[in-house]
Amino acid sequence: MAATTTYERVYVWQAPVRMYHWINATCVLMLVATGLVIGNPPAFISAREASASYWFGWVRFLHFTAAFLMTFAFMVRVYWMFKGNEYARWTAFVPNSLAAFRRQLREARMVLWVDILQIQKKPIDYVGHNGLAALSYFVIFLATIFQIFTGLALYEPMSGWWLPHLFGWVTPLFGGDAIVRLWHHAFVWVFVLFTIIHVYLSIFHDMTESRGEISSIVTGVRFVERK
Amino acid sequence: MGKRLTIWEQAQLLGHSRREFLQFCAWLAAAAGIEASQVGQIVHALETKPRIPVIWFHFQECTCCSESFIRSSHPIVSDIILDKISLDYTQTLQAASGAACEKSWKDVVKNQAGKYLMLVEGSIPTEADGVYCCINGRTALDTVKEAAAGAKAIVAWGSCASNGCIQAARPNPTGATPVHKIITDKPIIKVPGCPPIGEVMAATIVHLLTFDTIPQLDRVGRPMAFYSRRVHDTCYRRPSYDAGLFVESWDDDNARRGYCLYKMGCRGPVTYNACSVTKWNNGVSYPIQSGHGCIGCSEENFWDNGPFYNHLTNFPGFGIEATADKIGVAAAVVATAGLVGHAVLTSVRKREIINEKLEK
Repeated sequence: MAATTTYERVYVWQAPVRMYHWINATCVLMLVATGLVIGNPPAFISAREASASYWFGWVRFLHFTAAFLMTFAFMVRVYWMFKGNEYARWTAFVPNSLAAFRRQLREARMVLWVDILQIQKKPIDYVGHNGLAALSYFVIFLATIFQIFTGLALYEPMSGWWLPHLFGWVTPLFGGDAIVRLWHHAFVWVFVLFTIIHVYLSIFHDMTESRGEISSIVTGVRFVERK
Repeated sequence: MGKRLTIWEQAQLLGHSRREFLQFCAWLAAAAGIEASQVGQIVHALETKPRIPVIWFHFQECTCCSESFIRSSHPIVSDIILDKISLDYTQTLQAASGAACEKSWKDVVKNQAGKYLMLVEGSIPTEADGVYCCINGRTALDTVKEAAAGAKAIVAWGSCASNGCIQAARPNPTGATPVHKIITDKPIIKVPGCPPIGEVMAATIVHLLTFDTIPQLDRVGRPMAFYSRRVHDTCYRRPSYDAGLFVESWDDDNARRGYCLYKMGCRGPVTYNACSVTKWNNGVSYPIQSGHGCIGCSEENFWDNGPFYNHLTNFPGFGIEATADKIGVAAAVVATAGLVGHAVLTSVRKREIINEKLEK
């Protein structure tokens, strides 16, 4: 390693991307926490009358509120996938040509080599997402869509609003509410696993590369080694 | 066959007075959940329309649907439907047997093509060419196809005819199949439940007979009037659910206080039926009121979505006692262990880089 490295500031994450990240992060934490409570509420042996409290109703209310917030934030993010810069566009997640697919594959192999197995010590130089990260974000976008569809399908029968009613067709595909709920519950673990790995890797990259990985999602700026 | 009589004409033949006929019309309206102001419409329909012939088939079933039907809380309604209105064939209850019994439905199919209602109780086995259910030497598969050809509409009684029910549970050895997967060119009204509520059955028939139209159906073909709400949404224990007051075990104080059975595996939140409104046995009770959770008997594949007494059901493909949460926690533990290992590896392999950057 050279004794001095000159870095260049690059504006990578645009405001809508950063805002989506933090709104989504808050919503996901809220949804996971309330979802797990709804799935397995804590035990109280109590002599209270039901009319005296409504805490479980509030937990569900928080779950639905966070879910709607996440849904609308996601819709804005999808819009930005067609409007934003090259790091925000859909092509940053899904290869849109054979060459892009090959590049993503090559990058993923490099990540495996450098970051995971750590056979090569020198970090890879890239500005936006690396190939493997892009793939994992694509998977989490799909999981988000899955949760929105199954969640609104479960919500639909008790709603008077037209929006949830657009998703009623999902339930018969699964064969009933019980199965939709089972899958909606199972998918929470995709988000839990993603969050654990995502937070760890952000710290890992920041420590081993010093490119401002963590601050970039607040400021939008990353540092790239000047050649 | 001569001219088919209207119900009013038939009632007169049987010696009923006009007053009794009007009473009967009011019963029908009540059973079908029709407003009092529309009783006149029913009277008019029964005076002018010839009665609709009905044939009721029994295939792979336990007869609980029939049992439920004859116990509907307005016995007069079911009596009149069974005896006087239109039931031309139902092998369980009719007096005729053998060849005479078979003749009765064949006559209807032959002479009333396009006019009769076909009621199906039970699923239809399709494995081994359908030999698992034979009546009079013919498979149910043959019978249902022949009888459905001229039917005006089909009513699928119970979960067997609506979605296969218990005999269609994995691995479904007889290939038990609901009616709608065999007959695809006729309107089919599903009245699921194991059994369905007697009043719901009676009301569905009343609607078809008096209005001669298909009642409003939901996405999977169930009458909206009875299957548009979850058992949970109309349950009298719902306030306990919202208050987070749950039964934790069958013999705890919470069970005695009648709190919500959600954690005991109650399927009320995922089951569409009228149980908490109409109830059973002349409105005496329903499972949750009797202290037992709903098992979701009117839902597709309820038999396979077990265990009945756990809220979190087994996750398909992972064997017994593998809930989504157990699998998820295991995956999170493995992932965390992997990350810890990776962190150790990083601190060894990339120590120079990290140190250099920290010390400048």
